[in-house]
Amino acid sequence: MSVDISAMMLAIFLPLFGAIAAFLLPRAAALIGLVALALTTGAVIWLAREVWQSGAVILPLGGWGAPLGIDLRADGLSVAMLALTSAVGLLVSVSALDALKGAGQSRQRQYFWPLWLLLLTGINGVYLSTDIFNLYVMIEVIALAAVGLTVLSGTRAAVQAGLEYMYASILGALLFLMGVGFVYLQLGRLDFAGLMDAEPTGALIAAVALMFVGLALKTALFPLHFWLPAAHANATAPASALLSGLVVKAALYIVLRLAQYMPFPSEALLTLVGMMGAGAVIWGGIQALRAERLKLLVAWSTVAQIGLIFVAFARAGELGLTESWKAAALLILAHGVAKAAMFLAAGRIKDEIGHDVIRDLDRSPIRPTLAQFTFALAAISLIGLPPSLGFIGKWALMEGAMASGYWHWVVVTMVGTLMSVAYFSRVFAGFLRFDRVRAPVGEHQGWALADAAPLTLAFAAIGLGLMAAPILSFLEIGYPFGVAP
Amino acid sequence: MMDAPLLPLFILLTSLLASPVLFALPERAARLRTAINLGMAALKVMLVAWLSLKVAQGVIYDLRFEVLPGLEFKLQADPLAILFIALSAVLWLITTVYSVGYLEHGPHRARFFGFFSLCVAATVGIAMSGNLFTFLLFYELLTLATYPLVIHCGNAEALRAGRTYLIYTLAGGLVLLLGTLGLWVLAGTTDFVPGGVLTDAAAQNPLAAQLLFVVLIGALGVKAALFPLHAWLPIAMVAPAPVSALLHAVAVVKAGAFGIMRVVYEVFGIETAQALGMTAPLAALAGVTIIYGSLKAITQDDIKKRLAYSTVSQVSYITLGVALASPIAAVGALAHLIHQGLMKITMFMAAGNLAEGLGVKKVSQMDGVGRAMPGTMLAFSLAALGMIGLPPLAGFVSKWYLAQGGLEAGQGWVIALLLGSSLLNAVYFLPMLHRAWFRDGAADAGAPARPRIGWMLAAPPVTTAVLVLVAGGFANAPFSPLEWTRFIVDIEYLE
Repeated sequence: MSVDISAMMLAIFLPLFGAIAAFLLPRAAALIGLVALALTTGAVIWLAREVWQSGAVILPLGGWGAPLGIDLRADGLSVAMLALTSAVGLLVSVSALDALKGAGQSRQRQYFWPLWLLLLTGINGVYLSTDIFNLYVMIEVIALAAVGLTVLSGTRAAVQAGLEYMYASILGALLFLMGVGFVYLQLGRLDFAGLMDAEPTGALIAAVALMFVGLALKTALFPLHFWLPAAHANATAPASALLSGLVVKAALYIVLRLAQYMPFPSEALLTLVGMMGAGAVIWGGIQALRAERLKLLVAWSTVAQIGLIFVAFARAGELGLTESWKAAALLILAHGVAKAAMFLAAGRIKDEIGHDVIRDLDRSPIRPTLAQFTFALAAISLIGLPPSLGFIGKWALMEGAMASGYWHWVVVTMVGTLMSVAYFSRVFAGFLRFDRVRAPVGEHQGWALADAAPLTLAFAAIGLGLMAAPILSFLEIGYPFGVAP
Repeated sequence: MMDAPLLPLFILLTSLLASPVLFALPERAARLRTAINLGMAALKVMLVAWLSLKVAQGVIYDLRFEVLPGLEFKLQADPLAILFIALSAVLWLITTVYSVGYLEHGPHRARFFGFFSLCVAATVGIAMSGNLFTFLLFYELLTLATYPLVIHCGNAEALRAGRTYLIYTLAGGLVLLLGTLGLWVLAGTTDFVPGGVLTDAAAQNPLAAQLLFVVLIGALGVKAALFPLHAWLPIAMVAPAPVSALLHAVAVVKAGAFGIMRVVYEVFGIETAQALGMTAPLAALAGVTIIYGSLKAITQDDIKKRLAYSTVSQVSYITLGVALASPIAAVGALAHLIHQGLMKITMFMAAGNLAEGLGVKKVSQMDGVGRAMPGTMLAFSLAALGMIGLPPLAGFVSKWYLAQGGLEAGQGWVIALLLGSSLLNAVYFLPMLHRAWFRDGAADAGAPARPRIGWMLAAPPVTTAVLVLVAGGFANAPFSPLEWTRFIVDIEYLE
């Protein structure tokens, strides 16, 4: 099985070496970045083939194996997340070539690629880790790179938001680390397999709770979301797409894994998680309705969508977790693709029109119709209209909730959907109103090759919904929830 | 003849694939756009004719693939689907001609025709959906494709109307999602099967089944403009005339009415629905809507608003015919799906011509317009008389069958309702005709005595008016709407 070994190693180390090379050779950074991305994507495809053919694969690093050494493991869920990361990452990279080509952006060009490749190392590392200390290391790597990407544009607002993000991130990592420490004190081991056999003692539950709070901070679950809107709204467009589409997913993924391997505390706590999610859906929706700028609206929609993913997680109670994680995973994938498309499109609109004040979008005689179309397609998936992947995720959520009689989650989902219609239609009105323009509106303005990447992502968000059955069966590979792998 | 199992898919693709091409065409490529539009529409009419021949011969089309475990995307071409597709295909062709003429120099034609095609594709999808899940897919696509058409003018009024439209229809879509999920959880399938899929579930859990009925009909009732969910329809009148014509005749309200048919006949089954005690309230609601729409229509001075309230009233004939649970009433309901479409599209195109040619938008301005635009007004008058129910026009045929069905079902009040409604129709349509033909035009400065509108505007309403005459006069000919509906009713009631 030496073949799989290399694929998993490559997925982590290719971006790492790329990051170093791009840092050392700033002139060739973009080229190095794209090559590293393409090679990493190749490695992920390779890995996906292996997993598809022969099930989950495990690689003991250095030949020691758990609990002494470090294992890498890839199953359906990991590979799906890796595939999301490379596909979205590759397309965002392509559009970054265009977004960062301005004359005043040489510094951004110089640092974007090493930071992004470092970020990719961390994210891929999370998806392949099998012990919680390794996870802690990887989320620190992610935090470092993500904060760097946030402040990349160098504006005052971005730096301020980046600082806030950094504090939240450090605090979150610290809480997670404390949780890890408690687990080690209790059990004497940190690998997933060891956690599975553990008795759910009070101390262990406290440790899990600490880890969860840390992760909630990192993934910006209401009411710990305070840092996200400013950070995501003020970063440059490709960075926003990466932060919103990919970075928050890493912490979400860890929550799913912990729920798989750790004894889940209790029904009451799960309901609490769902309530926090519901709070995020409502509060994110209200703030998106009030947002004055396009990118801020999109960022608040991320808060709401993350809430919805937690609602999906809690939708059928403790007993339903064996199925609920799939609904959550579908929503994670859907949001990753659609939100990356939407942030890129918002960036394109801002570039073409020159501002992103929602109220004044309709005053511009320039209508970047392709970017607007992309935005609308992404919104269809985020609202959850058929046949998008977001719709399928929402279907899975509501189906499970209904079947087990948890009607309150159905209500929350429907309210959230209506709110998302309301806040996105504010933007559509700006796209489609013409009586406030003084100059004549041209046709096919602002069509550029730069629209290709976001448009591809948006079509993927819609079209993947029709492929939900194969995606679901892939997710289930090597992932018998609650049963020893 | 060659057998083509993918025929339904091709029919769907004619308009679905035309849409992105139309979006991408530059604004000035008007000829190419018109050629694509008309070419695809004509191709579709031919394919539909072929399909209906095949279906009449008993060929069964069934295309499906799995989206989620057990849940399929499914297209079928049963006779009921054919009825709706034929209506949509023929009227798409005619409306396309009209739209090309209407928007000749307007802005955003690429966008308009792109969404127009998408909208027609959605109606075909709705017609051919083999289960409620697929139906939901196309039902939402229809909402999304019609929204940009409704707000085509792009001014503040249009956007306000568009928001109302979007809120109503997407909320309805969300409730339909809830209902579809409910059906899936309750019955384990969402398939449309003549006779219904809920017989067992309804026997075990009648309360849940009743609730499901209310949810589904409520969701579909938004688009079908059932009282009190109809408020969006008169507001959506800000749309350009060809859009209103399509919305009222084929696309949106018909999608709702068609959905009600599918739900009553093939999700619940008429017997189960009756056993649950749900058909009588539905019939009563339809009756209320018929009278309410007519009463509101009388008070409207704006021509398009009067026509819109008339649609509220007329579309509920279809719901009434379904809810009466009698095969003869069902024939009337199905025939009215076609007949109302033909009549209403004629009237909307004629109203559009009045606004284009004479600037007449209000009933009170209609004095003498008959002499100014005789062709258009002749078409309008024929359709209006048909709506009132004058034999041998199309509207009479549907009302006749509805009345007979009411008697058969032992519901005598239906006769009174239909007579009352016809009277009200006369009250709001006849004054319009009187003004148009028997009053002298106000010596209005500016308006030409005989305005010249292109043939692309003049011909379509006349064509559909002729169809109104033919559908009524030759109702018993083979392949007439009425004959086809008898074919359908045999299927729905003999299972």
